[in-house]
Order: sequence, then C-alpha cells, then structure tokens
Amino acid sequence: MEHYLNMFIKAIFVENVVFAFFLGMCSFLAVSKKVKTAFGLGLAVIFVMVLTTPLNYLILEYMLKPGALSWISPSLADVDLTFLAFILFISTIAGAVQLVEMVVEKFTPALYNALGIFLPLITVNCSILGASLFMQEREYSFAETAVFSVGSGIGFFLAIVLLAAIRERLRYSKIPEPLQGLGIAMIITGLMGMAFLSFSGIQL
Amino acid sequence: MSVETTVEAPKATKKEALFSKKNRRALFDPLDDNNPITVQVLGICSALAVTVQVKPAMIMAVGLTFVAAFSSLIIALIRDSIPGRIRMIVQLIIVALLVTLVDQVLKAYMFDVSKKLSVFVGLIITNCIVMGRLEAFAMAQKPWPAFLDGIGNGLGYGIILVVVAVFREVFGAGTLLGFKVIPQWFYDHGYVNNGLMVLPPAALFLIGIYIWWQRSRNTKLVNVS
Repeated sequence: MEHYLNMFIKAIFVENVVFAFFLGMCSFLAVSKKVKTAFGLGLAVIFVMVLTTPLNYLILEYMLKPGALSWISPSLADVDLTFLAFILFISTIAGAVQLVEMVVEKFTPALYNALGIFLPLITVNCSILGASLFMQEREYSFAETAVFSVGSGIGFFLAIVLLAAIRERLRYSKIPEPLQGLGIAMIITGLMGMAFLSFSGIQL
Repeated sequence: MSVETTVEAPKATKKEALFSKKNRRALFDPLDDNNPITVQVLGICSALAVTVQVKPAMIMAVGLTFVAAFSSLIIALIRDSIPGRIRMIVQLIIVALLVTLVDQVLKAYMFDVSKKLSVFVGLIITNCIVMGRLEAFAMAQKPWPAFLDGIGNGLGYGIILVVVAVFREVFGAGTLLGFKVIPQWFYDHGYVNNGLMVLPPAALFLIGIYIWWQRSRNTKLVNVS
C-alpha cells in the first residue's frame, strides 16, 4: 500500500509531467489564461489519462509483447509486435478524446467553446502519450499503471491551475509590453520548474 | 501514396500562380509573424527537449518539416472525404505513418543519429504543430497552399530550435556542433560552463526572451496571446 501511495505522490510532485518532463506544454501555456478554463482542461486531461493509460497497458500486455498472442494460438508465441506500440497507443488516445469531445459538446457547450482547438489537441498533448510510454518503459503492473495515470493527471491539473492563478494575478502587474502574455508565461513556467526541482529526492 | 500525391498537387492549382501572394504568405508568415512556437504556442514540448545540442535540433527540424509538409498535403487532398467525427484519428494515422517512414529512413542511412534521436522522432507524432496546422489550415485549403504552409511552419519551428540550441550548447557545454568554441584560456582563468543552460528551464527562459525581443521589434504581435 505504501508503495502505491509513494508512487502517487511521486507522480504528482517529484516527477510532475509538466515541470519535470516538460510534456504537454502547448495546451499548458495556451489554456492557462483563466482559472476556469484551466480547471476544465485539467479535468479533461485527468479523465483521458485515467482512461487511456490502463487501456494501453492491456493492449501492450495482451497484443504486442513477445508471447502476448499465445492466448490465440501457441504458434504465435514468438511474435513481437511492440514496434506497433506508437500507432496503437495514439489510436486509443484519439478515440478517447473524440468521445470526450462529443460528451463535452453535448453537455457543456460553454466549456466546449472556451476550450476551442485545444480540446482536439488533447490528443497530441504529449503528457498523455508520454504517460503511456513511461508505463511501457518502466514496466509497471496494472495496479501501478492505474495509480501512476491518476497521479500524472492530477499533476498536470495542479500545474495548469497554479499557472492560471499566477497569470490572473499578473494582469495587475506592470510588465514590459512586449513581454506580456506568452513571454512572461514562459519565464514563469521556467521559474516554477526550478521550484519543482526542489521536490526531487523526496520519498514517503 | 506520397509519390502519387506530389504529382497531383501542382495540377490542382494550375489556374492560380504557383507562388501567388497568398501562397507566399502561407510559406513565409510562419517564419516570423506567425511563428508556430512564439506566436501560435504550438510544439513547445519538443523545443524544450531537443535543444541541448545543435545537431539533434537541426535534424529534428528537418524531420518535422517533412512530416508537416506531407501530412498537410495528404490531408488537404482527402479533406472532403474525411467524416468530421473521426477526422483526428485519420489525421493521426497519416502522421504516424509519415513518422514511421522518417524513423526507418534515419535508421537505414544515419544509424548513429537515429540512435541519438529515437525518442524524439517518435515524439513528432504528438508534436502539436503538425496536428494544429492540419486542423487549422489543411482541413480548409487546397493541397498546394497546405503543402507550403507545412514547409513554412516546419522552418519556423526550426529557426527557434536552432537559435535556442546555439545558446544552450555554447553556454552550457562550450561547444558548437561538437567543436569547442570557448577557448581553453577562459577556463584556465576561472570560466565555468553554465549548468543552468543544460536544464530544461533554460529553454523556457530563452524562448521567453526571444518572444520579448520579437515582440518589441514587431509591435503588432503584442497581446496576440
């Protein structure tokens, strides 16, 4: 149990997808102007991540790994399909995002309009494909994958809401005009990244 | 597939000059006024990851330009027959196909470089520039402008990548493309490489400063985003 709790905390703070690996930066910077939209995108990312990472784990385990196909027939035991991992992972993610897009469009049109192009872009939010690839690379078990995906999703949520809150406050500060908006957001993200570096090495 | 489509592309726009004003804009705007990284806020993840050294940054830029150009071209050719609801999956499959192609070519002809880049080449699939331009431009345009737009965005991305990588390599490691540029004399007198430049936050600071410089030079970009 402690192992899972430790992994959960690590995925949120120590190895935050945004600040430690700099994944998912595009939507992170573009949708963090208001806390409300950042909140919506963060929730969407948690949802898609929790849905797709365990699904990709099952695909990897029962379709792609060497010997994984032996449940169909023993003659397939030495087929190694892991080179297809990219295409299958991204297809799963694209399918899940399409589902989320339809649900959001139907039930909360206001959020749908606010997220605009960044809803379809969750598909190419590197943090989601990144979570699946980390799961493959680190050879997690199914339970570990589930805990890791929830932690990573919450980590992204936390990061984007934090940045949105800072940017809302920034509106009242006097920043040189050309640096306003994206420029200062980049520099602040860099500073937040350095702050998050101080979490490294923490263990429960 | 791509061989057929390149032949078809110019035919479709015969009535219009090949480099009309509109097409030139599609090609050159992304280099500065509509740069994918600093203005459109796309493709930042890989800009942070591959800019520690100049050489991987350049190869990454070439790979991305290829994928962006040909995926735009293919999508623009078949845009009318893609059902709206599953357009993202179709786009991703085409992008993944092209990325696999780039990966295989690198493996066959430049094995050492491919080994260095393997993760980053795969990450082109999730590079928002490709998807963003497909959604925003290629889905609504003729093949030839879409192709130029892809090339332009790839080059605009490449410019930022190389600028950032030059700073990070020179100040972080004292080399440029692997050659030593900071003389030994400096080190003998107490000069030390800047360790911050090797860490990812440095790329964020450098891109932030680049945006500052770009927008103070070109004031119509202020408050774009």
